[in-house]
Amino acid sequence: MRLTVDGQSFDIDADPDMPLLWALRDLIGKTGPKFGCGIAACGACTVHVDGQPVRSCSLPVGQVSGAVTTIEGIGTAGRLHPVQQAWLEEQVAQCGYCQAGQIMSAVALLDEVADPSDADIDNAMGGNLCRCGTYPRIRSAIKKAAALKTAGL
Amino acid sequence: MASVGKIARRTFLIGAAAVAGGVAVGYYYYRKPFPNPLEVELGKGEATFNPYVKIGADNTITIVAPRAEMGQGISTTLAVMVAEELDVDLDRVKVEHGPASYAYYNAAILEEGGPFAFFDESMTAQAVRSGLGVVGKFLALQGTGGSASTRDGFDKMRQAGAAARQMLIAAAAQKLGVAAADLETADGSILHKASGKSLTYGAVAAAAAAMAPPAEVRLKDRADWNLLGKPQKRIDMLAKVTGAPIFGIDVRLPDMLYGTVKMSPRFWSTPVKADLSKAEKMPGVIKIVPLETNYGHGFGIIADNTWAAFKAAEAIDAQWSDPEYPLSSAAISDVLKQTLGTKGSVMRDNGDVDTAFADAPRERIVEADYAVPYLAHATMEPMNATAQFRDGALDIWCGNQAPTLVRQLCANAVGIEQDKITVHTTFMGGGFGRRVEMDYALCAALMAKETGGRPIKVTWTREEDMRHDAYRPAAIGKFQARLGDDGMPVAVDMKMASPSVIAGTLRRLFPSISPLGPDKTIVDGAYDQPYTIPNYRVSGVTAPVSIPVGSWRSVGSSVNGFFHEGFMDEIAVAGKIDPVGMRKRLMAAYPSAVKVVEKVAAMAKWGEALPAGKAKGMAFTLSFGSWVGEIVQVADTPVGIRIEKVWIAADVGTALDPGIIEAQLISAAIYGLSAAMGQEITFADGMVEQSNFHDFDAMRIFQCPVFEVAILENFHKMGGVGEVGTPPAAPALANAIFALTGKRIRSLPLSKTVAFA
Repeated sequence: MRLTVDGQSFDIDADPDMPLLWALRDLIGKTGPKFGCGIAACGACTVHVDGQPVRSCSLPVGQVSGAVTTIEGIGTAGRLHPVQQAWLEEQVAQCGYCQAGQIMSAVALLDEVADPSDADIDNAMGGNLCRCGTYPRIRSAIKKAAALKTAGL
Repeated sequence: MASVGKIARRTFLIGAAAVAGGVAVGYYYYRKPFPNPLEVELGKGEATFNPYVKIGADNTITIVAPRAEMGQGISTTLAVMVAEELDVDLDRVKVEHGPASYAYYNAAILEEGGPFAFFDESMTAQAVRSGLGVVGKFLALQGTGGSASTRDGFDKMRQAGAAARQMLIAAAAQKLGVAAADLETADGSILHKASGKSLTYGAVAAAAAAMAPPAEVRLKDRADWNLLGKPQKRIDMLAKVTGAPIFGIDVRLPDMLYGTVKMSPRFWSTPVKADLSKAEKMPGVIKIVPLETNYGHGFGIIADNTWAAFKAAEAIDAQWSDPEYPLSSAAISDVLKQTLGTKGSVMRDNGDVDTAFADAPRERIVEADYAVPYLAHATMEPMNATAQFRDGALDIWCGNQAPTLVRQLCANAVGIEQDKITVHTTFMGGGFGRRVEMDYALCAALMAKETGGRPIKVTWTREEDMRHDAYRPAAIGKFQARLGDDGMPVAVDMKMASPSVIAGTLRRLFPSISPLGPDKTIVDGAYDQPYTIPNYRVSGVTAPVSIPVGSWRSVGSSVNGFFHEGFMDEIAVAGKIDPVGMRKRLMAAYPSAVKVVEKVAAMAKWGEALPAGKAKGMAFTLSFGSWVGEIVQVADTPVGIRIEKVWIAADVGTALDPGIIEAQLISAAIYGLSAAMGQEITFADGMVEQSNFHDFDAMRIFQCPVFEVAILENFHKMGGVGEVGTPPAAPALANAIFALTGKRIRSLPLSKTVAFA
């Protein structure tokens, strides 16, 4: 089975029922997406397939037809995505475990809506649980990221 | 509050251990330093000054922050303590957790374990506190908990930085042939202004580290702080926004196997019958092994990948013996009620409560029964650990709140000496008290003996994590007050019953120690509050239910904050007194408390009229040395109650990083509000009924209120930060709901009575 992840092509030998998350983490070695619940209830595993946010813990790898993007594919420490930059500036993360999923949901939101309202943020981010309660800073970071993106930074 | 005689009679658990062990024989041992664990692991060109500082010849400066980073920002704040005194910027230093070592024992974690309120500064209270610090050293517990890390580290980490700096200056003075007094330090270099000569720390590190530590260490005055007291950029932020592999679950080793566990769904039960044949034949499954630890029985599944292990765990067909505790939540509740009717241990006893109630007219009595459920920690990162056992030695990688305990318990379980175990402590995807437990490490260690030397990463499913926690215990309380003619309380009688966190924790972590006396955590947050009421009694009883219970963010105060402050609100309503005004009068002897209440009331514009359909509630709890007032504003909406805004004022004594403190106060309040709104762990047939976030959810972003936080520094002792925002959250919300709806909800979660938007 071939899988394109973060612009790279991988040949994997997996049960097609294996969730994409475990193919990424255990077979390919992409540990950015996190395991939180296994039932698409917490969003920690969020990645993009052809730009659309999906919960990789509940998507069988055999059904993945598009290109997969993980947190490791949107930016690097030296070249951050505007959403990552905003997360850094707003000092969002506490334990940090849910943040890869939060950031991937936020990136997808901003690709869809350049200047999201509070209601847009509530709708797009409601599936991403954070047990540290970083929501107020997530909200301000999304608004800051929108401004950074609009300014072309 | 307590005299020596009273302590002797009560023999409260930790206090008793202190008096029996620590104070009597301890001081020589206490003063003798532990060896520096960094000496055995220095890299080429590296020199170490003490357990907290390493400097390389290339001027790489490494600070060891030996506490669990579970989101609370402790690795940043501890590093800042050293960096401040070492005169280096935070972005110049590398920060590591360091090895498991007794050198990193946490003295402050037990200091408030004695039977004294935080504000009690009597000689007895202070003597027991210092004794408990000694016990901290005796147990040599390298632990993170009790909101104690900054209090424990504040002096010793600053001293470590200052001592290293003085030694570097002394070495530079020798090398340059100038007087030490003429040298200055900045940004990792030593400068001789008169000649313009300078040396990096790295250039003199080896010579400096060979010198004797200074007899006297001078610390900066607060006015000279450059880093402490100001918000810092967290050292872990970049890794956390780029998805770096920093968590236990991210560990990857060559030739690694994967696994999971299926433990008995009934605690402490043994398998009566087990059919592993179907699971063993599943693709990717290598081996299934029985597991037995201090946490109970079950099976470990060893496989090629985590998914295969999860599928096989589901396919195990086992029957488990009957449990030793009541089967259902209703039956557990009956035990709690029976227990509450038995004689309790009195932890606070001012005036003469029985006499005060004896002649009270019926209309002057307020009575209420309160209850809270069991709760899971539900950290975002499910329990996991990675272990490798080869050549008689064990390496273990996991996020944990007590590395020396990991080492000790794994040594016992695997049957090797502690010096054959290396603990690699990773960042934690949440802790909240869950990672004080050792079950995840023990399971991985035992499974690593079955892999022929290959490393194995053992990840629990969310269902396994939810159903095998050390839960916040359920508790009930009976509350009575007698009001005076002016409506103010003249007598209160409070009694709680709950399973014992201390006894539960000892059974799992120190099975050879038996509990000595009553468990103070049953009354924490109720007996130790800064209210003066002439007749004031608080007692607690341990309920005999052996479902595992443990430390859940703010421990006993998470229970009693709700009980005590809900009841205070009831007293105010019955006495027709404003709840904020009543608290200020009752707290008059404690100016720090009054200032917190005044501040939060001013922030929330308490007393100003609100539009119809909105209301506010207030609560206050002193816990872990910090004085915290919270006001919650709720609104009635067509889809349920919405929490609109929360104001928090907290006196932490000394605020070392206001940015991190603000984040922690909000975090802890959301943690408490999440539980108050909708969380409960219930039991049927001896098993936990909840399994995942669909039936044990937490606050979501669309439910999250706007927060406003004020950090005060009035009290003369430093308080903790990580837990203190939790206790007042639930009662402030319940009191707001009463103000909005007239419904007094005395049993959590609130969602059993009202709907939330």
